[in-house]
Amino acid sequence: MAEVTLNNICKSFGSQVALADVSMTVPDGSFVVLLGPTGAGKTTTLRLVSGLDKPDSGTILIDGVDAVAQSPAQRNVAMVFQQYSLYPHLSVRENLAFPLKSPILRTSAEEIVRKVGEVAETLQISHKLDNKATELSGGEMQRVSIGRALVRNPRIYLMDEPLSSLDAKLRSDLRIELKRIQASLGATILYVTHDQIEAMTMATQVGVLDHGKLVQFGTPREIYEDPVSIYAASRLGSPKINILPADFFPGAPGGAVSIGLRPEHIRLGEGQEVQTVRVEHLGDQTRLHLKINDLNLITLTESHTQIQPGERLKIAPQFPLYFGSNGERIKS
Amino acid sequence: MAQIIIRNLRKDFGDFTAVKSSSFTIEEGEFFMLLGPSGCGKTTTLRMIAGLELPTSGEIYIDGEDVSQKPASNRDIAFVFQMFALYPHLNVRQNISYPLKSQGMPKRQIKAKVAEVAKLLGIEEILHKPVSGLSGGDRQRIALGRAIVREPKAFMMDEPLGALDAEFRERMAEDLRALHDRMGATTVYVTHDQLEAMQMGDKIVVMNHGSVEQFGVPQDIYDWPATIFVADFIGSPSMNFLHFNGSVNAGDSAVALEGQVFEIPTQLQSCEGEIVFGIRPEYVSFDQNSLYRGDIIAAEYLGTTQIVTLQSRNGTLKSRIPSAEPASVGENVGLAFNPRAITLFDKKTGAALLSEGNKGVLDNG
Amino acid sequence: MSGYSVTEPSKRQKWIAGLLVITYALVTLMPLLWVIATGFKSPEDSIAYPPKVVFQPSLEGYVNLFTTQTRITPDMEATLTPPKTWYEQIVRDKGMVIAGASRYGQRFLNSVIIGFGSTFFSVFLGTLAAYAFSRFKVPIKDDLLFFILSTRMMPPVAVAIPIFLMYRQLGLSDTHLGMILLYTAVNLSLSVWLLKGFIDEIPLEYEEAALIDGYTRFQAFYKVVLPQAATGIASTAIFCLIFAWNEYAFAVLLTSGTAQTAPPFIPTIIGVGGQDWPAVAAGATIFLLPVMIFTIMLRKHLLRGITFGAVRK
Repeated sequence: MAEVTLNNICKSFGSQVALADVSMTVPDGSFVVLLGPTGAGKTTTLRLVSGLDKPDSGTILIDGVDAVAQSPAQRNVAMVFQQYSLYPHLSVRENLAFPLKSPILRTSAEEIVRKVGEVAETLQISHKLDNKATELSGGEMQRVSIGRALVRNPRIYLMDEPLSSLDAKLRSDLRIELKRIQASLGATILYVTHDQIEAMTMATQVGVLDHGKLVQFGTPREIYEDPVSIYAASRLGSPKINILPADFFPGAPGGAVSIGLRPEHIRLGEGQEVQTVRVEHLGDQTRLHLKINDLNLITLTESHTQIQPGERLKIAPQFPLYFGSNGERIKS
Repeated sequence: MAQIIIRNLRKDFGDFTAVKSSSFTIEEGEFFMLLGPSGCGKTTTLRMIAGLELPTSGEIYIDGEDVSQKPASNRDIAFVFQMFALYPHLNVRQNISYPLKSQGMPKRQIKAKVAEVAKLLGIEEILHKPVSGLSGGDRQRIALGRAIVREPKAFMMDEPLGALDAEFRERMAEDLRALHDRMGATTVYVTHDQLEAMQMGDKIVVMNHGSVEQFGVPQDIYDWPATIFVADFIGSPSMNFLHFNGSVNAGDSAVALEGQVFEIPTQLQSCEGEIVFGIRPEYVSFDQNSLYRGDIIAAEYLGTTQIVTLQSRNGTLKSRIPSAEPASVGENVGLAFNPRAITLFDKKTGAALLSEGNKGVLDNG
Repeated sequence: MSGYSVTEPSKRQKWIAGLLVITYALVTLMPLLWVIATGFKSPEDSIAYPPKVVFQPSLEGYVNLFTTQTRITPDMEATLTPPKTWYEQIVRDKGMVIAGASRYGQRFLNSVIIGFGSTFFSVFLGTLAAYAFSRFKVPIKDDLLFFILSTRMMPPVAVAIPIFLMYRQLGLSDTHLGMILLYTAVNLSLSVWLLKGFIDEIPLEYEEAALIDGYTRFQAFYKVVLPQAATGIASTAIFCLIFAWNEYAFAVLLTSGTAQTAPPFIPTIIGVGGQDWPAVAAGATIFLLPVMIFTIMLRKHLLRGITFGAVRK
């Protein structure tokens, strides 16, 4: 495993700027998640590290060595794609063995059998080894494509939304599984997603990307509790953070234009009066849609609340975050 | 708008039974969810209500009239396939007025109708625009407008948001629900996403293998699932299941798990053999004094809360606790269960055992 | 599960649909069946009017097809030994004797060499070109693709005279190589376009995965793209073969001896013994067989190939 460092990476596709001066370090043994909406530059970053694309400028160091001139094969990286990752004309076993048979690795036949068996065991797909890749369910397919990365001993694992095409249950199982595998191998993983739950639950560090810029890099807790901007604050947390004008509650510091208030950080019972528009019982908690004038906000309350739509409530902030005119954080 | 009653509905495709025997009632103006995994028969049920499939047996009443063997065109129902399936070569107005034109409605009347619908949907400004350049939200409104303009008795929607990415879907779901609240139109909505069903639905039918597993309001289904399947399907993470061998008798208000006695809602039904002890993650808490212990195998940070996965003597279970509470992998902790939130299931049949807790919910379901 | 069909068709509807299909198939198969049947008729039956549906089957046509014959003259009669084989018997019954093998076998072999040879080259070159057009940034790609297609916009015969003159200069007239080159050139545009369509459908991710797995670009093409393009390659091969196999105009113009293919040869059979329709029909029947076998072998692929694009997964 290795440390990967990006220095001042720029990349454009025609007139479209994909990455603008991105620098970051993926420490050895870390699980770094790049988070951002479509078009933020997440996948581009991954492809630059893999060697499938070349940066316009900047350097990429893998283990301290400049890799920009190297081919994907030379970089010895493994990648898990979002979909289309299994070769449909091969069996599961052949798919898993494929990277081992490459001219770079040229693994012996016994070694291939051993490794494929081992990985199949870890991912609980041993009984499917002789199936055609196309005969698997979505979850099994994604397991196999993760397995295809695991059979090798690459310097870094690159994963491009590997769980996004799976259903919720499987996603949550595989999240834990991936995290466990990473911990036990001590693997370095660079992982791309737009799912904030994946970022929060798996990452050791999260990189928040916005239109090709890396706006914040830190632990999930740092980004959740101490975001640098409205944008970064909106990346984590579901439902999304409420953004209200600064004068909505008293006590805003000078220069603050808006208040960011996470739904779970609203106290009921005192303060501003608002009207309940809709009550959503989600089972483990209840979501209240509140309205005052033209402002909509969402808060959470316990699951068996008696609050009815139309009811007037009083709300007060618990951990307000203040932001300036450009959306930048203002600390009080 | 109409009430829809489904009675003993069944559909066979050759040897394969897609829907075994469904019965439920959709009240006038309700936003009604058909929920279940793929292949459970929910889409077939929806298509039978719409008249796109004819049932093998059973009845469908729309406003009291048995329509089960009538063709779709005689049922006066709108079917919204995909929110984004618009005619790309027509502009917004033409798209919305299309169904009226094909009915042969006079021009002046069409114009008035379209204006009314556009006002309701808030798309008056874009009526003259071609649909190709519009945002996803606008396209969704137009697709709906095309369905609304006919003033059907009910709307059928088959996973209309299924193709969207998570963030956008959330917004669309909210929009759709708000629109429903304004119109009050009876809506039947098929989804496999339990969160979507909980969030949007007034009532939910949970289907599995062609059968109705449970039918009711979201919170009741979440709190008091009728079967192991429902308990597992609803909620994320889903309910914890602790398996044990033993017996429960009517009148019991405690049960022993590995020698550890836990208080439970007073049972109204007896059961012997393999029993499943069900408890939702938010009702599992840490208690250093408890003798029932588990090893932490994963802790997932979620902001204010965290989900801790534990290995216990009766299987793995998850607990949702505040993220401020310390929980590190490898640690051994004592566990406490909120006694009011426990459901026992008979493992053989998968059905919940009746108790003082769930009898109110299960009796009328 | 989102079609608009209301219910599955009833038994009666299925019957009617089946009947219609069978009737249509019979109508289209009629000429084919006629040719096959004529091949087994005697020359008299073949020209009988009204046409005979029930007739005494005879292999005379096939024997005539493969042999050249001479009439038995009175002085030959003395030296004749009794016929040793069934086909000698057939010929003898007409008062003829076999003089030697006809040129049909050799012409047929020419068809095989030229047809399959040009198909191989069309598909081989077409796959490489299609892959390049599909995956790489080729300068003026659209113009090139249009240019390639434009070679198909005129009837090939329009350029027959220039090609004839050119081939005479180059010494390619009436050679196997010349015909293979010519058919390859004509088919290549079709094969590039068809195969580009198929390769476009294969997601790029597969090759990228292979690149990262440590393979070179060519290995990725060979191990990942080719197997997945098998369906496309098979159906393209069938289209190319059918064209090359049946081509008549160029064959008449450019071949006469060594490299003559079966299509220009078959009509000449008629001259051998006056109105020998059974021999012509037999020649046509045998000529049909290779393409039929090839098509049946690749039928599974062909069906998918024809409907490709219609169903997206």
